[in-house]
Amino acid sequence: MAVLVAVALPLVLAGCQLPTFYGFRGSDRQGHDEFLLYFGTFVAALVVGGITGGLILWSVVRYRRRSHDAPMPRQFQYHIPLEVAYTVIPVVIVLVLFAFTVLVENQVDAVPSDPNLTVDVYAFQWGWQFNYPDGVVVRAETTTDPDPVGPAGLGGPACSPVVWCLGPGLILPAGKTTQIDLRSRDVVHGFFVPEFNFSRYAQPGVLNKFDFTVSKPGVYRAQCTQYCGLYHSLMFFHVVAMPPSKFHAWLSSETKTTTVDAATTASASRQ
Amino acid sequence: MTVLAQRPVAVEHPEHHEGPTGILKWLTSTDHKVIGMNYIVTSLVMFFFAGIMALIMRAQLTSPSGAVVSLQQYNELFTMHGSLMLYLFAGPFAFGGLANYIVPLQVGAPDMAFPRLNALSYWLFLSGSITMMLSFMVAGGAAAFGWVAYAPLSEATFSPGSGPDLWILALVLTGFSAIFTGVNLITTIFYLRAPGMTMFRMPLFTWNMLVTAMLILIAFPVLTAAMVLLWCDRHFGTHIYTVQGGGVPVLYQNLFWFFGHPEVYILALPYFGIVTDVIPVMSRKPLFGYKGMVFATMAIAALSTGVWAHHMFTTGVVLLPFFSLLSLLIAVPTGIKFFNWIGTMWRGSITLNTPMLFCIGFLLAFLMGGLTGVMLASPPIDFVTHDTYFVVAHFHQVLMGTAVFAGFAGFYFWYPKFFGRMLSDRLGKLHFWFLFIGFWVTFMPQYKLGLMGMPRRVATYQAGLGWQNLNIASTVGAFIIGFSFVFFLVNLWVSWRKPVPAGDNPWDAHALEWFATSPPVHHNFTRLPPIRSERPVWDFHHPDALTIAHGENGHGKLAGTAVPAGQD
Amino acid sequence: MRREAQLLIGVAAFFGLTDITYWLWGNAQGGATNLDTGFGGVVMLVGTILLGVVPGSYYFWWSRRMKPRPEDRMDATIEDGSGTIASFPDSSVWPFVLGMGLFLTVLSLVFGLWLMWPGLSLVVSAAVGATVESRRGGRV
Repeated sequence: MAVLVAVALPLVLAGCQLPTFYGFRGSDRQGHDEFLLYFGTFVAALVVGGITGGLILWSVVRYRRRSHDAPMPRQFQYHIPLEVAYTVIPVVIVLVLFAFTVLVENQVDAVPSDPNLTVDVYAFQWGWQFNYPDGVVVRAETTTDPDPVGPAGLGGPACSPVVWCLGPGLILPAGKTTQIDLRSRDVVHGFFVPEFNFSRYAQPGVLNKFDFTVSKPGVYRAQCTQYCGLYHSLMFFHVVAMPPSKFHAWLSSETKTTTVDAATTASASRQ
Repeated sequence: MTVLAQRPVAVEHPEHHEGPTGILKWLTSTDHKVIGMNYIVTSLVMFFFAGIMALIMRAQLTSPSGAVVSLQQYNELFTMHGSLMLYLFAGPFAFGGLANYIVPLQVGAPDMAFPRLNALSYWLFLSGSITMMLSFMVAGGAAAFGWVAYAPLSEATFSPGSGPDLWILALVLTGFSAIFTGVNLITTIFYLRAPGMTMFRMPLFTWNMLVTAMLILIAFPVLTAAMVLLWCDRHFGTHIYTVQGGGVPVLYQNLFWFFGHPEVYILALPYFGIVTDVIPVMSRKPLFGYKGMVFATMAIAALSTGVWAHHMFTTGVVLLPFFSLLSLLIAVPTGIKFFNWIGTMWRGSITLNTPMLFCIGFLLAFLMGGLTGVMLASPPIDFVTHDTYFVVAHFHQVLMGTAVFAGFAGFYFWYPKFFGRMLSDRLGKLHFWFLFIGFWVTFMPQYKLGLMGMPRRVATYQAGLGWQNLNIASTVGAFIIGFSFVFFLVNLWVSWRKPVPAGDNPWDAHALEWFATSPPVHHNFTRLPPIRSERPVWDFHHPDALTIAHGENGHGKLAGTAVPAGQD
Repeated sequence: MRREAQLLIGVAAFFGLTDITYWLWGNAQGGATNLDTGFGGVVMLVGTILLGVVPGSYYFWWSRRMKPRPEDRMDATIEDGSGTIASFPDSSVWPFVLGMGLFLTVLSLVFGLWLMWPGLSLVVSAAVGATVESRRGGRV
């Protein structure tokens, strides 16, 4: 417990100066919370793993049988206080971890009552469709081509390297809260933006709601993570966070289209 | 013909057994030892098939565009790799093979309780294995929906053809095989123990197999039911897992993981049992915290049945805190096991031979896999890593730690009992070290790949993301693992050509199987030692080195004196 | 017998508690155990409770009515349990025949229903064969 408190305190205070342990710091608010939890758990795991692994290696090296006529070791079997100790201490560690988990989980899963923008996201075999208010639709089949909209052309952030922005672009205003309503048109897909530290299944028959508040403008690569059939490997998309003014300029300049019927286009695309 | 098994008194009267020989013996035997060996050989063959599939996949991933196999072939490969490893190797090797062979010996029984049912289990398992391999030969190829076969992807609309059908039928066949084996093991352990072998004197391997057998009875009927329902959806026009007819796709995930998570422990507990049997023998000490170990096993099994939806954290429709809490709590009994293993080695006299090295490999591998498992049990961290290579690395470390490291520890440990001859320790150690190094080289880069966002089950990835070098490292490790098994095969060859006699008890071991001859005679025992603790054979050979009860300082009590009366 | 009964009753008790907790907690948290989400789990846990309670109560009933068997007693000697343990079938071809019959029957669902005829005949002959074998063995 002391370990976790010791970890958690500077964690809250120092924020971004922490080592990442190969993870992403999280480019939105919730993602950053998840990073902090990951960081704390990682440190706790290092401590626990170091102690346990050290004990294993120590006892193997220290107590190995050095000669064939080594004396018979003492045949002890139980040490109740010790056994109680290593039952109770893990319970405490686990409960602390669970408490932090619930705190972060409730933050991450909370859906705002008044988001600045709501986007309907549809996953299908194999591609993504993003429906904006006022009938603006961004949609792309499995493709390795960079986004036809091209954030760079709109004065947005540059798309470099090009592999960072494959598939359709989910264009969002930076600094604003965007709610995503996630659905699937056919099988189970996975909506995953690594730098947001977040993934959620897109499932038939289930409407999943969550929100992002991307802190700074940028391009974030993303990909379907739940195996969904033949072209799963190529089911890319990316998130483009633009300054709000540019975002609204883009939204109003887009031609309004009626929502495409995904079932027919999906089957057409397969031919 | 029915024969009556006599409980041996302490006199030698080897039972003369005249039975069929050769192929007829293999087809008609109801001897648990023959059936167990059939299981071991069949599941090892499946293990090698699945291993070769893994190497092909790793070769594919050395370059981003992956030119070795096509997308469809890759999807079939990872599906069959997972299915073979989980359904046809890791489980059957332990509870079909080792348990079948060892449990009746450890409890002092002449055979399994239902020998003919036992034989039927094996034939169903073999049929299921052949059915699954047949799916590579039908038009449309093998199943390509992952070993979990999530609906609706596994529905006829998205996965047409007879490959998926064969996959489903294979699971039904092997599922019944597992259920029969589970019933058989429980009955054997409840009814055929030797006098004095109370429940709390059974070796931990037997305890683990008992608990595993109960998990099998909890989990496998659900899998079989899920598969039958899936079959109805595919062929009889029902809509159980499809939205179109008012079905609930997420029901499939609930059913599958209600099987799938206990299944993970069905694959792990027998191997814990192996390690818990080997470490005390090689440390020349009794198992530290025997009763704690038994309760930890039960706790792991009980909790593991209440955590199925931690595979579904990102579905958005499960009760996150409930499943997260129970998943995290599994760390507690697992921790108890770890510290009991350490306590057993502590101040022991550890012989670092091949079985023990494999056990240490297991401890380190499972420690790493277990710690990342605790991380994954926290939903927010699972949101970060779900379906990425982080998870791939995690469950490979867990499952290779158990099924491969501990599994081969058991194989090297009991091989002298199976065949009455030793395996070469030198070749065994070479096998271990190559496996151990290859293991870490393969899976540590995958953790980093996962944190960088590489999803699992992709056949290609984009150049320029910094993923290629890590993937190449992982592939090199995988081929080192593959190479290590050359030493294993050479070892078997050498022991077959130039046998080194093992004797009945080459390791100075504890449990009853080491009192039988190597290999044991038909109906196992011609004599039995008095059973006064959980290591009767040790007590028999070392009457001066009995277990010291807690609080005592001196030597233990002599066997046969002051035995507590009554039930355990 | 007592330990065995306790083990099985323990299974039922644990999953009873788990099931109730799961159901109530799920209801409290916005219906995570409703029919279209996690209710399947509630039902499967009931199955698990039955798995423990049905054999468990049988064992418990017996454990109070019979003397401890030699394998239940700490102080039993090997001689206490000597004599006939049970009858065991000798080598038998019928498990193989039954297994192959079921194999063919299952394959018939994929490769053509005609395979069901040889499959089912093998199953029937194995059932008859195994039964006759047991009776002929005598002294069961």
